[in-house]
Amino acid sequence: MSEDVDPLFLIEAQHLTESLEATLLDLKARPTDKSLIDSAFRDLHTLKGSGAMFGQVAMSQFLHDFETAFDAVRDGTLQVTPQLIEIALSARDHVVELLAGGPAEPGTVLLDRLAALVSGDHRAEVQDQGWHVAFRLAPDTLALGGRPEAILDEFRDMGARNIEPVLDDVPPLDDMDPAQLHIGWRMDLPDNVSEGDIRDVFLFNETGLELSLRRNAPGQAAEDGIATGGVADAQAVEAAPAPAPAGDRSMMRVPAERLDEMMDRVGELVIAEARLAELAARSRDPQLVAVAEDIERLASGMRETTMSIRMTPIETITGRFRRLVHDLTGTLGKPICFDIEGQDTELDKTVIEKLSDPLMHLIRNAADHGLETAEQRRSMGKPEQGTIRLSARYSGAEVIISLSDDGRGLDLDKIRARAEARGLIEPAEDLDDDQVRALILQPGFSTAAEVTELSGRGVGMDVVKRTIEQLRGSIDVDSEPGHGTRINMRLPLTLAIIDGLLVEIADERYAIPLAAVEHIIELPEEENGDARTTRFLNIRDQLVPYLRMRDLLESSGAPGPHQKVVVVTAAGLRVGLTVDRIIGSSQTVIKQLSPLHAALKTFSGATVLGNGSVALILDVPQLVSFGQALDSREAA
Amino acid sequence: MMSDILEKVQPADTGAGAGTDTGKSWDMVTFRLGGELLAIETDVLRTVIEPGQITRVPNAPPFAAGLLNVRGAVVPLTDLRIPLRMPQQQANDDTRILVLDLTLAGTPSVVGVLAEQVHEVTKVTSASLEDVPAVGASWPRHYVRAVGRQGDRFFIIPDLAAIFSSYLLEIDRADCNTS
Repeated sequence: MSEDVDPLFLIEAQHLTESLEATLLDLKARPTDKSLIDSAFRDLHTLKGSGAMFGQVAMSQFLHDFETAFDAVRDGTLQVTPQLIEIALSARDHVVELLAGGPAEPGTVLLDRLAALVSGDHRAEVQDQGWHVAFRLAPDTLALGGRPEAILDEFRDMGARNIEPVLDDVPPLDDMDPAQLHIGWRMDLPDNVSEGDIRDVFLFNETGLELSLRRNAPGQAAEDGIATGGVADAQAVEAAPAPAPAGDRSMMRVPAERLDEMMDRVGELVIAEARLAELAARSRDPQLVAVAEDIERLASGMRETTMSIRMTPIETITGRFRRLVHDLTGTLGKPICFDIEGQDTELDKTVIEKLSDPLMHLIRNAADHGLETAEQRRSMGKPEQGTIRLSARYSGAEVIISLSDDGRGLDLDKIRARAEARGLIEPAEDLDDDQVRALILQPGFSTAAEVTELSGRGVGMDVVKRTIEQLRGSIDVDSEPGHGTRINMRLPLTLAIIDGLLVEIADERYAIPLAAVEHIIELPEEENGDARTTRFLNIRDQLVPYLRMRDLLESSGAPGPHQKVVVVTAAGLRVGLTVDRIIGSSQTVIKQLSPLHAALKTFSGATVLGNGSVALILDVPQLVSFGQALDSREAA
Repeated sequence: MMSDILEKVQPADTGAGAGTDTGKSWDMVTFRLGGELLAIETDVLRTVIEPGQITRVPNAPPFAAGLLNVRGAVVPLTDLRIPLRMPQQQANDDTRILVLDLTLAGTPSVVGVLAEQVHEVTKVTSASLEDVPAVGASWPRHYVRAVGRQGDRFFIIPDLAAIFSSYLLEIDRADCNTS
């Protein structure tokens, strides 16, 4: 249900429930404050109205009854008491649960209690039995390594509500020993918790424990043995800092577009910061330089924080894979076990979203082509149930995602034959096993003729490869006949900002992702002036092809005498790029090219430089494959 | 999807065109290009900027040969003189760029359109619009939605949807051939 809720409404509702909560807590401290009562009423009313507008029937129905009861407070027939606040807060929690798709039933209990309160009849309260627990740990608990927050967590798991610190024993600041624990806690526990359960929580903290345990009696929710409840006391409680952050309170739902917008702003900030740094350096004014450095530090902090907000665990998309495998088990008649490792590995939101389709395709492929039928597996001495495993793990600034199966593995001879038939390779071309396996990623390798209804949804392995490369990642295939296939994908943690190497070619500036740069060398004098577009350089006894970027970029003018070669790598292959000048490295905010430039293979995006001009970002995997193509052409 | 875009845009449902009901009017910005006067609805006009620094895009077709920075965003610069087969002239002090919000390949995009000189924003009524003449025009008819008249001056309303979608179709096709 929560998935169908309009996101705009959710944001508004979240806002209102938060405001309501704050108002109710204030009201607890100042029960006669008319403006607070009005404000609570207003929040309820708005929430009800927009709930009805967005089809939240259960919620608006509940709020309607709740509002009616609260009306009695507004016209003065009902006093604000701690019990009322407690019910109102529970009602507010109930609304939040309803919004998250929770059941409507708990609402009726709350309304009954409220109705009882309004009519002055407290008998309804008796139904809500449960425990009221207050405890204080030995003062030296912290010094001995005890963790009160773990105890509170345990209570929370048992369904504790209204957890509050008891601060009446906290000494004045001057006398306070920070190593001593001066705070006690009190809370309500549901009826289904046994006394033994409660005592078990304190198993390791029994020494010096003060514990007050009592069945909740009507009208006494906020009173207990170690501190008297009530309004005056509550005020002190509100003023104190919250003891331990209540897990989901600190969560916030934010629409994805706002994050994108924020990333754009941070991108602009990084660009503006670069301009400022340039101006400051030129001015040689130490004060300005100091401010520029401050801004630089702040901007990079902002960048880190914003990027961390955008990180999403891969878990967010694995649900649909589970479902897919479930469905495939049925349609293919193959029992499949789907295993996921590293669900909590985080990647940039955009990367995660774009990964979904390629992974679906790979899973379909693995189930359809990779895994054998149950009978075949049995005859080969394998377990009948095939396994498809998705794993994700960090490796430096990259995430490695692998999809493996324990099926029949790739048939290299068949692949070679198919590639020859499709004209992808020359007959009898000399290829090692890795190269043969890589053929399945080539465009034109798989065709409609042999793909089944399942695997052939218009995307082939080449589309998977292209998608991964668009995400600035790489993909390789590993397989062992009879034991299965593994597809490894390496992806950058984020797409938004990278470290770039800024170079100059014919007075134009280009950025190269720094992560791909292996080294930079001077172009040997004798190589200069040669008109051919590719040559080889001997780098540490290896021949590396290099591209004359001036030719590739159709630049005007002739190269100067001291050309540099930037050697870049992708998927283990290297290529040198000739440039006129190295300008330096800088944070590079990647902007996607518009659809008008989608056909240009040489560039993966663009960025805005410190002086406000635009520079194109060179697409390293693409240039490497250019180098390889020229390489094989020369060799032939 | 392409066929939808390529469909002749009907004046009645798009705003400007040679409609028969005289009540309609649109705000349009008029600008000079290739010796003609052109008009584009202000609905899609985000802003008009001075050219500033334009980055050449190597290997890009002349229609979209540049990139520029519009308040931190990287925006492609397009030249309508290429599809409209108009004569080119060097950029000068009057040169401006119209920054437009268009939908390209289904995604909202910001695009710069070169103008040799921007004139004014003016109200164009449907009564002042005429169908594209069958003969006599130097520009391709399918790239023009309508021709308007203001006083003794004629202006052309280019069919941006048709121009951009046929360009995208073209590079798409080129892409398939090369890969």
